[in-house]
Amino acid sequence: MAQTVSSTPSKPKSFQSIILALQNYWASKGCAILQPYDMEVGAGTFHPATTLRSLGTKPWAAAYVQPSRRPTDGRYGENPNRLQHYYQYQVLIKPSPPDLQELYLGSLEAIGINMDLHDIRFVEDDWESPTLGAWGLGWEVWCDGMEVSQFTYFQQVGGHDCHPVSGELTYGLERLAMYVLGVDHVMDMPFNDPGSPIELTYADVFKQTEEEYARWNFDTANTEVLLRQFEEAEAHCKHILEQPAADPKTGKRIVMAHPAYDQCIKASHMFNLLDARGVISVTERQAYIGRVRTLAKMCADAFVQTRAGGWTEDAA
Amino acid sequence: MPDLLIELFSEEIPARMQKRAAEDLQKLLTNRLVEAGVTYASAAAFATPRRLTLAIDGMLAASPAVTEERKGPKADAPEKAIEGFLRGAGVTRDQLEERETPKGAILFAMIHKPGRPAAEIVAEVLDQTIRDFPWPKSMRWGSGSLKWVRPLQSILCVISDEGGAEVVPMEVDGIKSGDVTYGHRFLSPDAITVSGFDDYETKLARAHVVLRADARAETIWNDATNMAFANGLEVVEDAGLLAEVAGLVEWPVVLMGRIADDFLGLPPEVLQTSMREHQKFFSVRNPKSGQIERFITVANRTTADDGATILAGNEKVLSARLSDAKFFWENDLRVAKSDEGMNAWVKALENVTFHNKLGTQAELIERMAVLARELAPMVGADADEAEQAARVAKADLSSEMVYEFPELQGLMGRYYAQAAGMSDGVAAAAQEHYAPLGPSDDVPTAPVSVAVALAEKIDKLTGFWAIDEKPTGSKDPFALRRAALGVIRILIENDVSLRTSEAVRSANASADANDLIAFLHDRLKVYLRDQGIRHDIIDACIAMEGNDDLTLLVKRARALSETLNTDDGENLIQGFKRANNILTQAEEADGVEYSYGADVKFSETDEEKALFKALDEAEAVITPAMNAQDFITAMSAMAALRRPIDAFFEAVQVNSDNATVRRNRLNLLSRIRTICTSVADLTRIDG
Repeated sequence: MAQTVSSTPSKPKSFQSIILALQNYWASKGCAILQPYDMEVGAGTFHPATTLRSLGTKPWAAAYVQPSRRPTDGRYGENPNRLQHYYQYQVLIKPSPPDLQELYLGSLEAIGINMDLHDIRFVEDDWESPTLGAWGLGWEVWCDGMEVSQFTYFQQVGGHDCHPVSGELTYGLERLAMYVLGVDHVMDMPFNDPGSPIELTYADVFKQTEEEYARWNFDTANTEVLLRQFEEAEAHCKHILEQPAADPKTGKRIVMAHPAYDQCIKASHMFNLLDARGVISVTERQAYIGRVRTLAKMCADAFVQTRAGGWTEDAA
Repeated sequence: MPDLLIELFSEEIPARMQKRAAEDLQKLLTNRLVEAGVTYASAAAFATPRRLTLAIDGMLAASPAVTEERKGPKADAPEKAIEGFLRGAGVTRDQLEERETPKGAILFAMIHKPGRPAAEIVAEVLDQTIRDFPWPKSMRWGSGSLKWVRPLQSILCVISDEGGAEVVPMEVDGIKSGDVTYGHRFLSPDAITVSGFDDYETKLARAHVVLRADARAETIWNDATNMAFANGLEVVEDAGLLAEVAGLVEWPVVLMGRIADDFLGLPPEVLQTSMREHQKFFSVRNPKSGQIERFITVANRTTADDGATILAGNEKVLSARLSDAKFFWENDLRVAKSDEGMNAWVKALENVTFHNKLGTQAELIERMAVLARELAPMVGADADEAEQAARVAKADLSSEMVYEFPELQGLMGRYYAQAAGMSDGVAAAAQEHYAPLGPSDDVPTAPVSVAVALAEKIDKLTGFWAIDEKPTGSKDPFALRRAALGVIRILIENDVSLRTSEAVRSANASADANDLIAFLHDRLKVYLRDQGIRHDIIDACIAMEGNDDLTLLVKRARALSETLNTDDGENLIQGFKRANNILTQAEEADGVEYSYGADVKFSETDEEKALFKALDEAEAVITPAMNAQDFITAMSAMAALRRPIDAFFEAVQVNSDNATVRRNRLNLLSRIRTICTSVADLTRIDG
């Protein structure tokens, strides 16, 4: 229970130095530092390193940055802290270690939050993802009244009970960095260190894209195309999972959980875009979410049939 | 007598669950101890965000030894049966006792159960209680199988007496009990060894943990009000928030912060809601202007800079939150003030389902508009205004602010309708048409609000009646009882005379109007019973013509209730009943109805003549009074008949041998019945 009192780390000066500090911290705690998933997702949880790897019995520890898209949150880059594209930092450890709260607090110190001056709180926040058929209990972590992270003990993912339970930490990187750096508007935040030969702010990197995507998300995205792509992804996902486990070419057992899950991710993103376009009614909304959940559950069912998901010759 | 101290130390327990959890811990554990024979003098339970604590004083050191007698087979039963009994009872042959009973010699086993040390029992019941604790939601963690609200980290379980303190050894899912707890997560995280409750509470206080939730709440409230007062301000009371905040901290420190000027133009309700819901801040108001100018936040610690960093952070977070609210507010205002105005929002409601058998919100609005227009003249509202109000009343459901803060529905509608340049009446209706939301909520009184509120509720009732989704038993998912009570209260408290059956038929021809009116009558009975009006009085009034005019019905019931509370009224009922009984029996026996033709010329006694005169006089008062719906006058005239009726029965034998006289007297009784039942159906009055 004793708290590690670290020497005051050098205060990060930029967005990227905070990301680097988190990467170093979690690497030092033994996490595999993965890279972002190369698809459009709404949150770091969608990365298969979380969704699928939280299933099955194999231990796992990973941390990564995940660019995330929430089309409805676009504000043309004008709102001080709402973006349609932003970064999440994600940590998943299975089984959840008994000192996960202390490990987490250590990560805040690592990015320059002085534990003696701030008010850190764990406030009830139960997490549920109806699209992933997943839920867990935990908190949102507040630093001086600001939510800086989500802290969740996964209980179920893709309709499967989690045994053992994974501990998931999600940091909203922009908000956290703005807080640490004392910046009031996300666009003003230094992206690289001030004093770099070419200084870049968040606006230099993202202002243009925020405007473009806000316009596209809200007003121009072709809803017929989106709808078609949703349906194609759905059909494709099911088609992949209908294939027999034995690959006729190699003769190996290859359950294609990941390629199918890619299609599930795609369908989910198409749904988010359709939602931002305002063409989904409240009743339809539930139906769409249900369709994505069905895919997520099928993918989860498939993953636990893979070796990575804990399947063994003996158990089969 | 030893004392027991238990603490279940965990990761942060949700604030809303703490109080109940402490109560459950106390109840479950003490009940189980007592069941096992360990009684105690007193017990108290406490909760903080990280611990549930139970202190039991004056507990028995051991459960008492008990001797249990068990009846066995007959003494001459087969050996096998006796052996079976011995096995079951766990005794040997020489411990059996043979007794003579009316059924012969029977064997009895005396089973002696020695007392057990309390510690052993405590370990068992604590284990059981941890395993089956009734958390509203619980979870697993790591590789374990135990469920707790959040990971359980340590168990403190100590029995102490004059001789000292001892740990009750036990283990649950790998967690061993001990005599150790921990202080505040940041201020005093070290382990603390404790020997009993007083020691525990004192050491925790030193380690920056206030154990008692009420003490934490009191500190917060006192410090907050003092701080506000020192600045000439006042804290907006919020008991729910106070309880919640007291459950989020172990060491409360109150800080007051500023709201940036940019946001002071937001409606105060928006400020308050955003601060409470998102930040758990108390609002601090300027008592002169009513404007919310500051906020109070409660930190969980002291700092070297006296909370300056914490406060600055909280102010910054609030600014971000409020800039969102301001963004919604400004966008919404832009829509409301545009040429299309709130119609754009109404149009968006075409895609929002109200109920899958009752169409969209837009269709609901259309129905409300027609109905509000129809109702307008009856409630003194302008028909055009009422219709317009109904059309915009739900528009704010499409606004960004209400999407973000659903609890602001209606209120935002009012602001936006004002911004759209609509009349005050229309704007007020946007907010007030939802009312009354509960039995103690105010009903709308402005005519336009009344029209729209009635339209909303009548549409809802008739709609669900038409699709046969009526409330049953305790199930009322669409809050139709509340809607019915709303209709009743709006009509009565505004003194609106409305033929509800007509309104119901015109609102929705497929609803069973009679059944719905009966439902309204049922709710009305409940409503009036709470006001002390007897159900038989209500029945007597419901039986009358025009009972679907609820306001009239209530006036009649109130007048009747008052009349029956007088001496004359009470006696009149006796006289009426006597007249009615005699008349009914005679009509049944004779097979005729004595409904007219009483003539004073056949009267034989003065009392009979006096009754004729009194009935004439009463009728002369009652008929016009009833036409004017002046129930009080009509009923006091009726009550005045008490004496002449009593005198009549005293002096006169109705069933005279003279057939003409008898018929005339029965017809006279018939007049009593006609006159009295023109006021209310007195046959339904008890007694």
